[in-house]
Amino acid sequence: MSEFFNNSGLFFALLGAAIATLMAGIGSAIGVGKAGVAAAGVLAEEPSLFGKVLIFQLLPATQGIYGLLVGFLILSNVGLIGEPKDISVLQGMLYFASALPIAFAGLWSAIYQSKCAVAGISTVAKKPDQMGKAIILPAMVETYAILALLISILAIFGIAGMQ
Amino acid sequence: MAMLKMQRIYIYALIKYCKDILETLQRRGVVEIENLELEDSVFFKEDTSSLQAQYNRSAATATEALEILSRYAPQKKGLLSSFKGREQISTAEYDKMVDGAQDTLRIAYDIISYQKNIDMNEAEKVKYEAQLEAIRPWLSLDVPMTFTGTATTTAFIGKFSDKRSSTDIVTQLAELIPEIEGIDVEIISSDENQTCVFILAMKQDAEEVSDALRRIGFEYPSYVSPVAPQTREKQINKHLSNREGRILEAENNIKSCEKYYAKLEFLEDYFVMKSERYKAFDDISTSRNTFVLSGYITERDAGELKTYLEEHFDAEVELEESDTPETPVVLKNNKFAEPTESVLASYSYPDRHEADPTSIMAIFYYVFFGMMFSDAGYGMVMALACGILLKKFKGMEAGLRRSMKMFFWCGVSTTIWGLLFGSFFGDAVSVISNTFFHTPPPDIPGLVVPIWFNPVTDPMQMLMFSFLLGIIHLFAGLAIMAYNDIKHKEYAAVLYDVVSWYLLVGGAVLALLSLDMMGNIAGFVLPPIFLTIGGVMAAIGALLILLFAGRESKNPVKRLLKGAYGLYGATGYLSDILSYSRLLALGLATGVIAQVFNQIGSMMGSGVIGVIIFTLIFVIGHGLNIGINALGAYVHTNRLQFVEFFGKFYTGGGREFKPFKINTKHYTVKEEI
Repeated sequence: MSEFFNNSGLFFALLGAAIATLMAGIGSAIGVGKAGVAAAGVLAEEPSLFGKVLIFQLLPATQGIYGLLVGFLILSNVGLIGEPKDISVLQGMLYFASALPIAFAGLWSAIYQSKCAVAGISTVAKKPDQMGKAIILPAMVETYAILALLISILAIFGIAGMQ
Repeated sequence: MAMLKMQRIYIYALIKYCKDILETLQRRGVVEIENLELEDSVFFKEDTSSLQAQYNRSAATATEALEILSRYAPQKKGLLSSFKGREQISTAEYDKMVDGAQDTLRIAYDIISYQKNIDMNEAEKVKYEAQLEAIRPWLSLDVPMTFTGTATTTAFIGKFSDKRSSTDIVTQLAELIPEIEGIDVEIISSDENQTCVFILAMKQDAEEVSDALRRIGFEYPSYVSPVAPQTREKQINKHLSNREGRILEAENNIKSCEKYYAKLEFLEDYFVMKSERYKAFDDISTSRNTFVLSGYITERDAGELKTYLEEHFDAEVELEESDTPETPVVLKNNKFAEPTESVLASYSYPDRHEADPTSIMAIFYYVFFGMMFSDAGYGMVMALACGILLKKFKGMEAGLRRSMKMFFWCGVSTTIWGLLFGSFFGDAVSVISNTFFHTPPPDIPGLVVPIWFNPVTDPMQMLMFSFLLGIIHLFAGLAIMAYNDIKHKEYAAVLYDVVSWYLLVGGAVLALLSLDMMGNIAGFVLPPIFLTIGGVMAAIGALLILLFAGRESKNPVKRLLKGAYGLYGATGYLSDILSYSRLLALGLATGVIAQVFNQIGSMMGSGVIGVIIFTLIFVIGHGLNIGINALGAYVHTNRLQFVEFFGKFYTGGGREFKPFKINTKHYTVKEEI
């Protein structure tokens, strides 16, 4: 039993990589989906706005990428990609904890950003020249995903430097 | 960092020149016409609404004809045609096209009438097809469907809405009317949904039989062919091919008009221009023989226009300096900063009395964009793409050209930052050299080893640098506020609103950097003396804010409270500075995702398949990364300008200069001056 526990560092690290990718990914999938529905509605009336509404649809896509980024960093730091390494239980748990910010902030910020993006799409449908302003509002929501990403990344680099 | 000086322009001329003068103004596009509220016993407004409506109708006709034409004879458009911009024609070509306008309009009407013809025939076709469908079950009936019987018999031609055999029907009838005999039931056709029957009965029994039939579900068909169904089928088919022939003929007629496509485009533009010119009449005041027009013009264009109008049209042009709040704003910047004017414009035009921050903003704009995108390869792709498009399409619309120039400079900045951070398509050079040549890469500065430092391995240094740039950005914003204050001769405000914050924020940063705790993060510690210096600076700054931020209030208590609230703004500065950490985060995101794609690509080893897979993943992966991170960099650079930078000093609210100009879709007229 104790041997099992001692070897479970890698498991916790993988759990962290998984949760970062999957939760941020779920958020982005929901967000991009919602914005896509609204974008398709606008296209039915104004096919020429495709380029503009596509950008709005992509705004909530970034959280998923941040999740992927953190997941990948953890995998490569613990040696699941590249050379295998010895990971202690503590290190594994630390990696797990470091994944939490982007996992949760990613999930919710993508969903709320998509609400903002949907509103932005309707703004652009009525006033295509107001694109610049309409795109800034959803970007405000993303700030918090970026902050979470920052802490996740700094934590991973910090853990890797501990040894 | 400037705005052009604006002048009010008044043009007085004889009414016979009115149209020509308006046309000149429209082609030059330098005057914003303002509604002159002048109506008295001499001057009045000419009502041109019916003319406007007429020209709008003609323009709509041309638009409709173009739309029909492109449906039957699609115009080939290149992938990059949206960069092309409107075609330029000379005045001579313009005049020639105008002469042919009436003929072209007739062609437009023809095209529309051909389309109406097609629509009508299509509708007929649908009707006949429905009839054909209706008589199909009756084809084996050899009498007309209107057949009612002979001298002694009565015929019932109709259907049941289910499947029945003749025995079924005869039995059902026998149950209802057992006394009547000699009913002949013939099934014409039957399927799951209906049974078509021909029933013959003796004339004297007609009423009872009809009644009984209705009770067992007999109904008359909705379409009754007046001749035998087979004959009718032939007739309908003839009609159908007839209609198809007419449709084809009309389609060919439309296709034969393809050569007029360009002329129709011109026609659309011509009538839009004409209608807009008449719309300008709403803003002009006319008397019996003269008219007055007022508006705004930049000082730059004023002299030339004045001479031209006075020479050609015998007009009297009056110019005067204008600095009222209603005066529109025209920005003037050098080639480097000018492309970012549209970013400023999408926030708000500057007020006439404040400085135009475009040139300062442009520097930070390019720097921030480059740091967030931060890859030499991506930057080169972007700068090259924009550069080639700019070179290739000289006629590109002004707005698009501006954005292209902006992204060109963003690309250049991205390349520089990429070299400084040693990122070229992520770590492509080392991955390729390790995977395919099995040797560590040569130490090429910029492409493999960073010229400055690598943010992926040294994120703390990058974070500190981001904060430093952030503080410089915010301080630059405050400096512009100071500039505005000095321009308005409010020297005290410089001390209270700008210097105080410099002291507070600068002092706090100095003090923090001399603490051991921060030393771990920053990697260096200032000597303890800076703790005292910084502390004193911050204290003076805080005191200034506390005492003077509320200086507009007379009541001392209120003033102090307002001062305290002003001091609370320090938390705003804290969050503003922290907000610049996105420079690090987005930069890392670009770099690390690029590395991820390189690594995935190299997983298949160094064989031929490996090379193919690597190339494929390289192109798709980096294409995707460029797309999503360029979008991120653009959006967040804008955010840093709009929220953090403009929030410190910018009032905005200026009115954009909207000159009376050619507002067409396809052509512009080159002015020969």
